[in-house]
Amino acid sequence: MGIYYGNNLIIIKFAGIFELTNFISIDSMSNDIKIRKGLDIKLQGVAEKTVSTAPRSKKFAIKPTDFHGVTPKMVVKEGASVKAGEVIFFSKYSDSVKFVAPVSGTLTEIRRGAKRRILEVIIEADTEDTYVDHGSKDVSQMSGTEVKEHLLAGGCWPFIKQRPYDVIANPEEAPKAIFVSAMSTAPLSADVEFLLKDRMDDFKTGLEAIAKLTSGKTHVCYDAKGSGLFSGINGVALHKVSGPHPAGNVGVQIHHIDPINAGERVWVVGPEDVAIIGSFFRTGKFQADRMVALAGTEAPKNAYYTMRIGTNVHDVVGKISSSVRIISGNVLTGDHIANDGYVGYYANEITMIPEGKEHRMFGWLPFKDNHIPSMSRSSLSWLFPNKRYKVNTNLNGEERALVVTGEMEQVMPMDIFPMQLLKECMAANIEKMENLGIYEVAPEDFALIDYTNTSKIEAQSIIREALDLMIQEVG
Amino acid sequence: MSFLRKKLDDLKRPFEKGQKWEKFAPAFSAFDTFLFVPDHTTKKGAHIRDAVDLKRTMMVVVLALIPALIYGMYNTGYQYFSQTGEAFTFFDAFLHGAWKIVPMIVVSYAVGLGIEFIFAIYRGHEVNEGYLVTGLLIPMIMPVDIPLWMVAVSVAFAVLIGKEAFGGTGMNILNPALMARAFAFFAYPTYMSGNKVWVSEASNVDGISGETILGSLAAGKEVSYDMWSMFAGAIPGSIAETSTLFIGLGALLLILTGIGSWRIIVGGFIGAAAMAFLFNLWGANALMSFPWYQHLIVGGLAFGIVFMATDPVSAAQTYKGKWIYGILVGVFSVMIRVFNPAYPEGVMLAILLMNVFAPTIDHYVIEASIKRRKKRLATVTAKSA
Repeated sequence: MGIYYGNNLIIIKFAGIFELTNFISIDSMSNDIKIRKGLDIKLQGVAEKTVSTAPRSKKFAIKPTDFHGVTPKMVVKEGASVKAGEVIFFSKYSDSVKFVAPVSGTLTEIRRGAKRRILEVIIEADTEDTYVDHGSKDVSQMSGTEVKEHLLAGGCWPFIKQRPYDVIANPEEAPKAIFVSAMSTAPLSADVEFLLKDRMDDFKTGLEAIAKLTSGKTHVCYDAKGSGLFSGINGVALHKVSGPHPAGNVGVQIHHIDPINAGERVWVVGPEDVAIIGSFFRTGKFQADRMVALAGTEAPKNAYYTMRIGTNVHDVVGKISSSVRIISGNVLTGDHIANDGYVGYYANEITMIPEGKEHRMFGWLPFKDNHIPSMSRSSLSWLFPNKRYKVNTNLNGEERALVVTGEMEQVMPMDIFPMQLLKECMAANIEKMENLGIYEVAPEDFALIDYTNTSKIEAQSIIREALDLMIQEVG
Repeated sequence: MSFLRKKLDDLKRPFEKGQKWEKFAPAFSAFDTFLFVPDHTTKKGAHIRDAVDLKRTMMVVVLALIPALIYGMYNTGYQYFSQTGEAFTFFDAFLHGAWKIVPMIVVSYAVGLGIEFIFAIYRGHEVNEGYLVTGLLIPMIMPVDIPLWMVAVSVAFAVLIGKEAFGGTGMNILNPALMARAFAFFAYPTYMSGNKVWVSEASNVDGISGETILGSLAAGKEVSYDMWSMFAGAIPGSIAETSTLFIGLGALLLILTGIGSWRIIVGGFIGAAAMAFLFNLWGANALMSFPWYQHLIVGGLAFGIVFMATDPVSAAQTYKGKWIYGILVGVFSVMIRVFNPAYPEGVMLAILLMNVFAPTIDHYVIEASIKRRKKRLATVTAKSA
């Protein structure tokens, strides 16, 4: 129970003195999911639904840091020329997983960081792309193994990620189900229907292909408030999902539809990635074009752009002052990138918000500074549920001991005790982490806890480290 | 403002890393962040953060305490003047109380924050804001005539043994403010119980009787106060515990802001009412037959449930656990009142007892979720086998 902001209303629930079920109701009669806990953060700078094509970048980059846990083994040397779709590196510990060039051109630089870790593989693009041709395929005639091999050969495998652990799927394993969340509820996120409305053929082909990778069901979850773009798809289990963020997180959907037990694998694919896979089957080319929402108050224009994966952000937004933070992704889970950095592999948003490097006098007084949104009613911002806020990156306080209880549960719509799980993660107690549901969560499911918690602890990175420990110890 | 900021930044320099006063940085930072929310930006995780922080949370609780505190100051004077028979105005009564209570608050903050600062410097972490609340709570639950040095010793005990020994803020098992009171109660019983301590100057002036309602009931005497006096708080007792009305205002703020757990507060009153109702049915003595609704408005029950049982660190942490914890606090408060005539106020011991059991309650609530998960796994393994 507690507080739920969303759908433009606030309900303060004091009903239900005895809370026998404080979780989410799954409508047992249908496959629909209604999420009640969570928080929609309403921000200024929503991308308008117009599409422009971003000018083609001179440089593109694939960033191994986008692929958590992958140690790249380079195939192409600096100075060599590559075609679009040509393998540039593969995963050292899973060598069938290959990463390909998004454009044709010359591999000019392998940028390394501390301990010679590869950060960016930069390709100077030709003016026109020449592609590696894998030949167009009729998915309906292919077996699961053929689909898998075709995806691996074509460099599309990195689009397939697995839960638990939120890493690229291991092609040797068999998932019990595949999930696609065709919706996003994160603040300022791209509208998935808008991304896919002109690519439905690609999307359906992609779905048909990935569905062959599992002997179980393939689930597609879509927004109950949407226009019904996805409602007629055949061959998959469809679920209408409603409620505040994180209802759109695929992990939340899995939890309510087919939760992951110890030892099980579920694969997840982003909605637009399904369409990219579909276009790969139809054309035989790795043509990784995305629609990206340029959002946030500091963006030169709030609109959608089509761009190739690995585009240099400078070519899209121009020169930006250093007092602006450019985020590849959304404000809750995205990565901070430099002004001349590259858009992340999986990102459908670029968000630009002001840095918050400023002091606020007596800003800790309750009911003061109500221009900063707050889930807590120690600020008056809850009185204006429809207001859109301009936010910056200030921490609005300092890290403190965990004191307040009950607030994390308000934004965790799963049968999981978030604070207890976080504490066990910090203590690296594997058995207790298993008991408390570590297999069912990904860092993004703790993003709202990052945002709302009074003690300013970094929940997402605690979960990420715990998952890495689980990979090491349990696998 | 920018002038002040510049001045602070200048003053801060010797406290920075590698400078000569580096060790004392937490102490300086406590003052600095009192004036200004720092310019720290997000480094990892979510890029934006909620406006709430621990300082703000604690200040809401302090605000919620203010009505009961002000009424407590007034009531101290009111009890004194009405028993001596002197003519007085609201201000006379308030000043009489303030003159006694403000020094207690000063001592409590000075000693408690002093220890907190030393530990922060010693352990190299920031000063946590929890003591802003604890330090105000402690004087509010003491008898008005307790010597200041006893306040100081109790505070030192609560902070050192009750909190820092367990690892500091967020780690303590028991509510520190109640630790202070329990310490004073067992160490200096003559100042903390009986019928001579609850009204200002009762032990010095013969004409004043300082008996509380629960005290008279335990002694088998009639209660001479009407319902309104009990509810509004014009009765003898610990400084700020008497007025259910003004405690209720604080409770309202805590519940509306979500800072205090409404589950614990509602559960506590339900538990106390139910227990008292059962005793009413039994009705073997004056305390048992004391009407259940009056149990809720006399003594420290309301204050304890609203401000001490809701301390998130020492209470149960799960939603269901909070219900159970709250209800049991209420049940035990009334049970101790009725069964222990030597010490008619039970809420302090009831909360301390439940503080100890809170982790156990949570354990069983969480165990239920773990069982669901294990059962799910067992079904899957059974199917595939």
